Amino acid sequence: MAVGARAGAAPRRGPDRGYLLGAAMFAPAALYIFLLIGLPFALAFMYSFSDARVGSEGMSFVGLDNFASILESPSFRKALGNSFIFTIASQAIVLVGATILALALNKPFRGRRVVRLVILLPWVAPISLGAIGWKWLLDSLYSVINWVLIHMHLVKQFDPPMWLGDPKLAMLSVILVHSWRLLPFSTVILLAGLTAIPKDIPEAAEVDGAGFWRTLFEITLPMMRPILNVALLFGIIFTFTDMTVVYVLTAGGPYDSTQVLPSLAFFTGILGGDLASGAAVSVFMVPLLAIVAYAMLRVAARAEVV
Amino acid sequence: MAASYHRLPALRAMAHGLVIGIFTILLGFPFFWMLITSFKQTGDLYNLENNPFIFNDKPTLEHIRLLLFDTRFVRWLLNTLVVGVFVVAITLALALPAAYALARLTGRWGQRLGIGIFLTYLVPPTLLFIPLSRVISLLGLQDSIWALVLVYPSFTVPFSTWLLMGFFKSIPKELEDAAMVDGLTRFGVFVKLVVPMSLSGILTVVIFTFTLVTQEFVYALTFISPEAHQMLGVGVPTFLVRGDVYYWGSLMGACLIASLPIALLYNLFLDRFISGFTVGAVK
Repeated sequence: MAVGARAGAAPRRGPDRGYLLGAAMFAPAALYIFLLIGLPFALAFMYSFSDARVGSEGMSFVGLDNFASILESPSFRKALGNSFIFTIASQAIVLVGATILALALNKPFRGRRVVRLVILLPWVAPISLGAIGWKWLLDSLYSVINWVLIHMHLVKQFDPPMWLGDPKLAMLSVILVHSWRLLPFSTVILLAGLTAIPKDIPEAAEVDGAGFWRTLFEITLPMMRPILNVALLFGIIFTFTDMTVVYVLTAGGPYDSTQVLPSLAFFTGILGGDLASGAAVSVFMVPLLAIVAYAMLRVAARAEVV
Repeated sequence: MAASYHRLPALRAMAHGLVIGIFTILLGFPFFWMLITSFKQTGDLYNLENNPFIFNDKPTLEHIRLLLFDTRFVRWLLNTLVVGVFVVAITLALALPAAYALARLTGRWGQRLGIGIFLTYLVPPTLLFIPLSRVISLLGLQDSIWALVLVYPSFTVPFSTWLLMGFFKSIPKELEDAAMVDGLTRFGVFVKLVVPMSLSGILTVVIFTFTLVTQEFVYALTFISPEAHQMLGVGVPTFLVRGDVYYWGSLMGACLIASLPIALLYNLFLDRFISGFTVGAVK
């Protein structure tokens, strides 16, 4: 009890009852997270060096065999490349789009609350359901997008684009749908950052004759950098490790043209029953995750200093 | 940007309206289309001669009727609610004390442990689902919604702890100290003072946990196969399709019914969720 009374005055406390109680209150959550994240995380690596399969209890270690065989596999190479294309392309679209939208929403206007609700829908609705909505919009026969394009005479009626059937268009569709999903999230993150920028600085710059574009590129955007970093880092995680859009729209097809690492891990490890190879595929996500985690820590550390 | 309207006001206002309009249509159109599709007669949906933007035949409730009475949709809705309730309970039981410990009791370590807990939020289900699928089957939980009740707190607890920590830090220390001088123990302060004062934070966590449970796809797809035990997010896209036949009317109705309530709730608490994501980059 004395601990708390002193806590306000003394910034450093010795090892006393406060620490014990703190540890006791923290331990259940820590244990849960260790058992369901830490342990499976370690198991994922263990499996990737083993011959674990669905249905057989035991396993033995096979060294780098799984990695050797997946590196030979064309599906894996395609998925590895696609994962980077998918992530980089959608993040470029999302960051540019979200910055424009956040700047527009930052200014009060009539109906802003309703607009915000509509804009948020893609992020808030379960993504598997949003994706099935897009599957209908991009249907090979009944696509309303194609109907519009045909009536604007932009495409031929008897040879409309096969959004999910043509390998190049399928990749484009998957990227665009994922960007659609992520854009609201990045926008509200950027908006939170924008409201923290004192309004008078960009205003003063414009009064001094800096003009809209110069103010944007030399004042507003540089001031948004920390929050842009945060939006980008979360975006990378949510994109590089996601398989929902790909699974619902194309299931990795046609011919692996939209296969990404997480979806390949699912098809190999869960549907194919080859836990070891599936784990080996998913382990290839770890280096990028580690880089993002490190960058996130630096953002957080800098925020503490300021 | 308010001052920018001093010059070229009409042009700027037009550009502003254009940007808002284009993004609203791009982001909202699929949901508008779900609405239209759910109430169109089947013949109207599949007639290529028809203008798809208008009701060429009378609107119908047939797709919604099919969805509610001839599919397992209602069962999936209930499954999702049950999982949601249990995950919320587990999340609160674990995250409330943990967040208080981080905010007040562990001193310098609080900060580091807090960041550590935040980092676990970055470990994705698509890395863990393969080992977890074996753990779940060893526990005999495969094809059961209890598998999800067990696993979902692994991602709801870290984020909720992080959010609640912020709430607890904003409660004045002096208030707690005064209560202890009045004879409450530190734990008594937590139960009788801090928790009741944080009801809005707790509500935020409840809503957020619920939305995460509804949105989750990968674990639900991995652990559960039978139609009757599905969650909404997996049941709708997998079981409303028979062979190659998509029941588009019912599918779109299901998407809409499952999305809208969550969207409305989420919108109410938006600013609080966002504060959990900004990693301190916004003060």
